[in-house]
Amino acid sequence: MNNFLPSLVSRSQSSSLMNFLVPIISILLTLITGSIIFILLGFDPLYALYTFFISPISSSYGISELLVKATPLALIAIGLSYCFKNNIYNIGAEGQLTMGAIFGGGIGILFHDTNAFWLLPLMIFAGAIGGALWGLIPAILKSKFNTNEILTSLMLVYVALYILDFLVVGPWKDPFGFSFPKSRPFSEAGRMPLLFDGLRVHFGLIIALFLIFASWFIFSKTMFGFQLKVSGHSPKAARYAGFNQTTLVFSAFAICGAFAGIAGLAEVSGPIGLLYRDISPNYGFTAIIVAFLGRLHPIGIIFASLVIALTYLGAEDAQLFLQIPSAVGFIFQGLVLFYLLGAELLINYRFTYKKLI
Amino acid sequence: MSDIILNIENITKSFPRVIANKKVTFDIKKNAVHAILGENGAGKSTLVKILYGLLEPDEGNIKLNNKNFKVNSPAESRKQGIGMVFQHFSLFDSLSVKENLILGIDEKMSYSDLENKLENISSRYNLPLDLDAPITALSAGEKQRVEIVRILLQDPQILIMDEPTSVLTPQEVESLFVTLNALVKEGRTILYITHKLEEVISICDTVTIMRNGEIIDTSSTSNQTAKTLATKMLGQKLDDFKTNYEHIKDEVNFEVKNISCDFNDPFLTDLKNISFQVRVGEIYGIAGVAGNGQSELMDILTGENINIKSGSINFDNKKIEKYGPQKRRDLSISFVPENRLGHSAVPELSLSDNILLSQFPKNNFIKNGIILKNNVDDFANNVIKEFNVITPGNDAKASSLSGGNLQKYVIGREISSKPKILIISHPTWGIDAGAEHSIRESLIDLSKNGTSIIVISQDLDELIEITHQISVIYDGNLSNPLKTSEVEIEKLGLLMGGKK
Repeated sequence: MNNFLPSLVSRSQSSSLMNFLVPIISILLTLITGSIIFILLGFDPLYALYTFFISPISSSYGISELLVKATPLALIAIGLSYCFKNNIYNIGAEGQLTMGAIFGGGIGILFHDTNAFWLLPLMIFAGAIGGALWGLIPAILKSKFNTNEILTSLMLVYVALYILDFLVVGPWKDPFGFSFPKSRPFSEAGRMPLLFDGLRVHFGLIIALFLIFASWFIFSKTMFGFQLKVSGHSPKAARYAGFNQTTLVFSAFAICGAFAGIAGLAEVSGPIGLLYRDISPNYGFTAIIVAFLGRLHPIGIIFASLVIALTYLGAEDAQLFLQIPSAVGFIFQGLVLFYLLGAELLINYRFTYKKLI
Repeated sequence: MSDIILNIENITKSFPRVIANKKVTFDIKKNAVHAILGENGAGKSTLVKILYGLLEPDEGNIKLNNKNFKVNSPAESRKQGIGMVFQHFSLFDSLSVKENLILGIDEKMSYSDLENKLENISSRYNLPLDLDAPITALSAGEKQRVEIVRILLQDPQILIMDEPTSVLTPQEVESLFVTLNALVKEGRTILYITHKLEEVISICDTVTIMRNGEIIDTSSTSNQTAKTLATKMLGQKLDDFKTNYEHIKDEVNFEVKNISCDFNDPFLTDLKNISFQVRVGEIYGIAGVAGNGQSELMDILTGENINIKSGSINFDNKKIEKYGPQKRRDLSISFVPENRLGHSAVPELSLSDNILLSQFPKNNFIKNGIILKNNVDDFANNVIKEFNVITPGNDAKASSLSGGNLQKYVIGREISSKPKILIISHPTWGIDAGAEHSIRESLIDLSKNGTSIIVISQDLDELIEITHQISVIYDGNLSNPLKTSEVEIEKLGLLMGGKK
């Protein structure tokens, strides 16, 4: 009776070539599935795909927008890889991003009439601290009470969002803002400098590239990176080596939180310029896809962040030119993750129809 | 009328590196408790897995009630009337007793039939059960009762019990024996797998002794004593090894004093007041059948578990029982746990990277948190060369090495830093004869250079070959040490079987 259903059997050796090809295969399958969806909706698939993936980046403005979106994604994804390498499933980066925006943005509001050079560095620092503190809550709960970090980190996202909500309609509301739920704008010194005149791509990109490079160095050259790797592969070997698991959990969460916090601050002090309700189109969640699509590797994450950033832009263009709801962007992101996880499974396991004992 | 229920004839089963069963032949009488006694690796488990349809024999015949018996799965085996209670339970923890029993039934049965049947079984065989209790709330003994009832619902003629008392308290053992007696009175047959001599004598009628995959003897237990059983179980171990005691100094180097540790877990063995001393240059062996507290003791010796109830470990005028592994390495104590893949080495990482798992103060591997790759590679190459590890290079993944090569590499890594103490568990477990020989030789050499070595092993030949003193761990108690050159095999056998 069981013979109709295949069983999964683990492969003795996973192919390293396939391991490398997984992200590419996933993207191809996503494009194929996307075309089918477009056909079912009654569009010419080639034109739709062109509108979605090519036209958004056919101008320098488009490229700049791509980088604006890719910056927070890459920054959060590289932070998440500190956790994921260690098998810690922090999915609360969105909350850590929000807290970073609150802390850093708070400094910006406090010193809204200053134009001193130290304002932006202080805001970035505060953003990192805010994100790290928010990230440490699930770390403490995990190591003291053995709670599941997936649940706690996710729940804290909503707590952070409501705190932001409370602040922008309450104490931090712009006194000259006609009661709109937003803060007063930061002073010029509290804004991320633009890299090119007339384009929105900002200094956050440089920060992201620097932190990605630093992370590459940490992962491949330092004992700390080695410890993360060992404890992710085999907790028992990490215990044998005498690595302190609690320290590793705390540092992974703190680093990830700090990176997400900087990303949040870069958003509010970059393109936005003040605090309001919807500072992030789910960058914190989407970065999870970026991290896995980039195989938790710094170079991979750079490419993955560009691909996923494109789905944001494509969704906007599709809404504009094809009158398709922009949620199509989320469909593409979901498809990528779905195929990625599926391919990942098939690298390590194969189907068999043989009856098992 | 024949009173033989099962004929086992010439059963042979080989695995890639070992012959687990060699022409195993014996009969099992109906209506009796038949013991299979043997050390770890004697071939007991292989034999019962064949009977239960989990393994297929290479050769040989089995007859059940004079009819050929050949099964391909446990379900078929159960249908033919053979049931098995495993050492590790397979119950759903979050479900109730009743739900677990329903899930275990092969044929269709109405709910009221099931309840009647359960009541009948419970009262007839002294197996009281609270049907609505969740499995998590049960003790190990109660879980075992659920397993037994589940098997009895199928009304088996033969019931295989695999080391049934290993997880039970003494009271639960008593009550299990009442159940077994009731089952035999009804005409059922019990195949009782054990290494405990006392149990064989007190509740079994016949005993088959296995050693190295072969049957040594099948006889009635009435004319056996614990001593005769122990000798047959272990055989005559090689006794003409020239153990060399000359280089050992009188000075005690490492001392474990009255260590006790409670785990509150039926699958772990509590340690009870363990004490021993190791002198400079001495190899101290700890023998025993698996599951008597070896891995629990190893974790305490390595510092992977520092939550002990009482006692101390003394080294270098320090009390180190609360030190973690790295702090112990800083004192030049080194460890090799039993499991290579995932414990003493990470299979997914390269040989070079695996060096970094175990660092001693003398190693110059890390500077300001940055790995000095060249130093690590040099060290790895050196271990590969010195210990004849066969591998394409230091960047090969640990998982690509054979068991023997990886073990040589891991032990080489530990020995190369010239530790003052080496604590090693099952040094030659699962590796080929060549690697086995070279590892034992390097341990002896190391001791001659003044390192004290503690070896935990189930392999008596190995302990007799390399150690200077041997003590036996049984149910979390450690015996007094015996001098290896004067040790009587019979005495060791009695200690391993739990007799003083």
